[in-house]
Amino acid sequence: MRRLLLLLCLLPAFALAQTMITRDGVTLTPPQEKRAEAVGGQLRCLVCQNESIEESNAKLAAQLRGIIRTQVKQGVPDKQILAYMVQRYGIFVLLKPPFLPLTWLLYAMPVLALAVGFAAFWFGRRHGNAPKPLDEAEAARLEELLRE
Amino acid sequence: MSPLRRRLLFGVPLVLAVAGGEGFYVLLRRMRNNEYDPHALPSPLIGKRPPAFSLPGIAGMRGFANTDIAAPPRPMLVNWFASWCMPCAEEAPLLGQLAAGGLSIWGIAYEDDAKSLQAFLAQNGNPYQRLASDASGTTAINWGVYGVPETYFIDKSGIVRWRYAGALTPEIVKSTLNPLLERYS
Repeated sequence: MRRLLLLLCLLPAFALAQTMITRDGVTLTPPQEKRAEAVGGQLRCLVCQNESIEESNAKLAAQLRGIIRTQVKQGVPDKQILAYMVQRYGIFVLLKPPFLPLTWLLYAMPVLALAVGFAAFWFGRRHGNAPKPLDEAEAARLEELLRE
Repeated sequence: MSPLRRRLLFGVPLVLAVAGGEGFYVLLRRMRNNEYDPHALPSPLIGKRPPAFSLPGIAGMRGFANTDIAAPPRPMLVNWFASWCMPCAEEAPLLGQLAAGGLSIWGIAYEDDAKSLQAFLAQNGNPYQRLASDASGTTAINWGVYGVPETYFIDKSGIVRWRYAGALTPEIVKSTLNPLLERYS
């Protein structure tokens, strides 16, 4: 009877333990894990530069995932975790480049391309008017050429 | 179609294609000459002092802390390496030459153990005046090290002026390290 009671008391703990997720040495609740994955998904793995830290199998990526998870557990806000990484590895670590003096051309490109497109269109229209109708002499010459 | 328009229609794409081709050619030539590495990252540590750390010595050598490199008598190198790293063995003879030429090189062994390190130093020579061990890799993360070897140039005021990721080569020493040494000593 006593054992049964103990088991009953421990039941919620078991349930909780099952839903907890352990990755890279840190145990998190599902919402915490989701947040950690979202943060890691925004960071570039520096060893294999086209993968995110979440996807990468590199050892450094695993260490950084551990750091992210530890900070998530401590309740550090996303922005601060990203800043931690940028401070160490530079803005290159962010998969989505932030808007900076260095990157404004990158972000302005669609607008610039559109402007160039409009300019080309306008230029084409202005000079692309239909030719003037032929005068009499020209019409006669055309007739002559066609007859040959 | 006016002659000007026809010329533009032909000329503008031609000029763009030639300019683009020239750009790619320069890029590839610089990559081949080791003057440009598309994977290289600028270190955020440039112009700053290394973050606080204190690492124990390893393989019978003295370790060091950030305070020990805050004001070196002459510009120096901090070289991150590991016994398990192939390019580290590759650059070892060059580091040996630089050390023999009077340059201070302090080493930090990245995620390594004393036994393998001793074997590595016995085989490849020991250019290091001091040798610290970052067994956990935490200090490496704080420095922004993303692989070994990495070499940091530290000037007399303890500020990082240059970081090179990858094995040092005689070309890099000639093109970058020597001018830095001249400038900061």
